[in-house]
Amino acid sequence: MSPGQRRWVFLAGLAGLAAFYLWGLSGLPGFGNYPGPYGYIINRIAVAQTNATGVVSAVNFEYRGFDTVGEEFILFIAVAGMAVVLRHLRSERARDPDKPGEDWSIPAATDAVRLTALLFTGPVIVLGWWLASHAQTTPSGGFQGGVVLATSLMLVYLAGEFLLFRRISPADVIDAVEAAGAAGFAAVGLTAVALGLPYLKNFLGLGAVPGAVSSSGTIALISFFVGLEVAAAFTLIVGELVEQTLLVQQGDQ
Amino acid sequence: MHIFPFVVVAWILGVGLYGIVTSRHLVHQIVCLIVVQSSTYVLLLGVGYRTGAVAPYFFDVPVHTPAVDPVVQALALTDVVVEAAVTALLLALAVQAQKRFGTLDPQELVQLKG
Repeated sequence: MSPGQRRWVFLAGLAGLAAFYLWGLSGLPGFGNYPGPYGYIINRIAVAQTNATGVVSAVNFEYRGFDTVGEEFILFIAVAGMAVVLRHLRSERARDPDKPGEDWSIPAATDAVRLTALLFTGPVIVLGWWLASHAQTTPSGGFQGGVVLATSLMLVYLAGEFLLFRRISPADVIDAVEAAGAAGFAAVGLTAVALGLPYLKNFLGLGAVPGAVSSSGTIALISFFVGLEVAAAFTLIVGELVEQTLLVQQGDQ
Repeated sequence: MHIFPFVVVAWILGVGLYGIVTSRHLVHQIVCLIVVQSSTYVLLLGVGYRTGAVAPYFFDVPVHTPAVDPVVQALALTDVVVEAAVTALLLALAVQAQKRFGTLDPQELVQLKG
């Protein structure tokens, strides 16, 4: 199919999509007139039931916790799938990053990039940790915190510290952290079962004050485990892609 | 009826799809897919919005303050995670396509297989 033909097929499909979209839109209550009822009900009862002031986190890690286990494992499986897709081919071998040869070297970053990246590394770690540990109070959570934590390692790489990046994120350790994060979430749910409660039922003390860091029981705990899993998963994803730059085709040189 | 946010959704979806169809580079195509997916965030947050309501966080506002729907916001979070997973896998496939076939142009990749 030529690009011209493809564009016509696309436009025909787009016209159909637009028709259905307008049809669907005509049945919506209009922007700003959310009809409920779930949002209303959860906003009313969540704080009293869970002592978490972050209702989105309460939905994610409590009311809808079972879905979030699945969500976390989607990421887990994606990382595994990426490792399979990017496995070394038989014709490839990896260069030893500790021994840059004359024919190749790790490109150096400019001083401006190095300084900016290294200045941001510390604050980014603090921010990521704060996000991962405050899901129950303010807009944050393990998913967001985990991504920000992984970003701090990317900054180390961006600063041109390729060897340091590999040293502080060895794949074996990060694999173990990722597994611990994923297993921790599942284990919180199974602990509830062991105590004779439904899976993922909040079995910890909710704390006295809504909105305290120590409040909300398992919501905070699950968010922490998710933070571990996500931080490790993103480190592995970027690590896998970075590793590709070390590969050479056998006989290419 | 205010429809502006839903017009934005349609626009983001449309330009993303157009990009996918006309793309000449796999990485560009993957970015276009991210754009398409972004339209779902706007849609989700749009359907859950209530005029004059605050975010569903009762840390510094009284518990009975009208707030927007937290359920769609949690869904948007799921959406982002799935997008990250899909993007990672697609980028890995693009790396392999470049290695195997020496090109990232979808047009040429079709000819190679076909």
